[in-house]
Amino acid sequence: MTPDLTSLTVHGALALLESKACTAVDLVDALVAAIAARDPELGAYVSLDADGARREAEAADKARAAGTGGRLCGIPVAVKDVLNVRGQPCTCASRILQGYVAPYDATAIARLRAAGAVMLGRTNMDEFAMGGSTENSALKRTRNPRHPDYVPGGSSGGSAAAVAGGVALCALGTDTGGSIRQPAAFCGCVGLKPSYGRVSRYGLTAFASSLDQVGPMTRTVRDAALLQEVLGGVDPMDSTSVAAPVPAYTERLTTDLRGMTLGVPREYVVDGLDAGVERAVRAAIERCRELGARVIEVSLPHTRYAIATYYVIATAEASANLARFDGVRYGQRCADAADPLDLYERTRAAGFGPEVKRRIILGTYVLSSGYYDAYYLSAQKVRTLIRRDFEQAFAQCDALVTPCTPTPAYRFGEKTDDPLQMYLGDIFTVTANLAGICGLSVPCGVAGGLPVGLQILGPAFKEEQILRVGHAYELARGEGWLG
Amino acid sequence: MDHESTDTSGIDVRYVANLARLHLTDAEIDTFQGQLSQIVDYVQTINQLDLTGIAPTSHAHPLENVFRADEVKPSLDRAEVMRNAPQSRDGQFIVPKIVE
Repeated sequence: MTPDLTSLTVHGALALLESKACTAVDLVDALVAAIAARDPELGAYVSLDADGARREAEAADKARAAGTGGRLCGIPVAVKDVLNVRGQPCTCASRILQGYVAPYDATAIARLRAAGAVMLGRTNMDEFAMGGSTENSALKRTRNPRHPDYVPGGSSGGSAAAVAGGVALCALGTDTGGSIRQPAAFCGCVGLKPSYGRVSRYGLTAFASSLDQVGPMTRTVRDAALLQEVLGGVDPMDSTSVAAPVPAYTERLTTDLRGMTLGVPREYVVDGLDAGVERAVRAAIERCRELGARVIEVSLPHTRYAIATYYVIATAEASANLARFDGVRYGQRCADAADPLDLYERTRAAGFGPEVKRRIILGTYVLSSGYYDAYYLSAQKVRTLIRRDFEQAFAQCDALVTPCTPTPAYRFGEKTDDPLQMYLGDIFTVTANLAGICGLSVPCGVAGGLPVGLQILGPAFKEEQILRVGHAYELARGEGWLG
Repeated sequence: MDHESTDTSGIDVRYVANLARLHLTDAEIDTFQGQLSQIVDYVQTINQLDLTGIAPTSHAHPLENVFRADEVKPSLDRAEVMRNAPQSRDGQFIVPKIVE
């Protein structure tokens, strides 16, 4: 009997495809049916071209039969609605991009296509990737698959919900301050933020150009490793991408952690760290010790300045990146503009949601004359100190293990009135973006019935180290973690 | 710490929104003024640190001079691009008059 195709891992699906137990079209059909049944409630997807996906699946099946298929031949991938896929909408969950149809493929998409993957629909997100709950989407609400009254996290909430909620085998997310890792933690799936410069940002609608990265969201660490092998690599279209060789991550996974040293940063135990989260993370660290890892305490002394630093730098860069949305060349345009200034002001007023407006204003302020030195320049200097913290820590250990978030998922509306409260939830994730290092979130238990993520941080361009820790831990943890 | 004199009277949302080419209603200005003042107070904490002699980081892995040969290569399909234009004619974007 064929298993439920919607519950497969990518590796599981590849095995069935290779043994001809199912076809790529079967996978698409099963997921499209699951989406029809479950997504009206879950809300993970914002658009789905089922016929287009089926056509791509048919082509993949032909390529596989001809022996020309790539490493992901026939695997359906859900795409966060922030990446350009030619011929598809790309709204970034914003009103201002209603009607925009992408005229090109992002490089991350092109790489997946070249490997034979099938594009399966576009997922919900916080508008322009600004948020930690997907509540800032202008399009719809996405629910946490574990409990319908709870947020899925953000900004890649749709991708996380789809993977954890049985309506995608894997997905692409993006991470600027935690937006892959945090929703992965909240929903109970795996999320990898590659090192800055690892995956091309060409075709990714930019939020903060020195912080953004595209990465995989999957059901297992092995799946994330495979997707990362396909996604990574220097790109002439992205001059910030780095020409570091991409290892065969899937071949570097082990069942134990002997010979590895893991660091636990003392500053990552904060007031407000949920007791259930702390328990689950400590148990996970203990499991890593049982797997042969040496565990030491380290210090990242500038951790408490990270949120402030992040919200100065990210909003400053966003204010510049979002200046392009002006009604001139694409997207929505206000009617009857009297002059260009009127065109910009009213188009942007109507097109952007409140969180986006807040961040543009904050970012403009910290860059403005008289304030640049006190805010932006100072933040860039603190960024240097944060990078140094990690360099010093990684001189003593191969990877850091921390909670991914201070709390599990919360209810809708709990933080929407207090933006600063929302921002403080990013405390464990923003440092990786500021330092440009890599980070992985792996489910490690539950707190109050909701998933908890173990975050594993590694030096820049050493994704194999964090994938190794994550995979060995995941195997030892087993499947009963959801309780 | 830098000794440039900075006005610490806080963020003027109306003024900054104008810089950002964002029209805000009075109600929005009111709400944002409160929220953003609180956030600005919070981010001020970075100035508690002694940052003397610390070089700023603009990019995590500073690359320099990432050049390519100056050769013309295919770009985007013009017709496809123009299909996204709110208003266009003859391959040009129509905008309100800029110069009086």
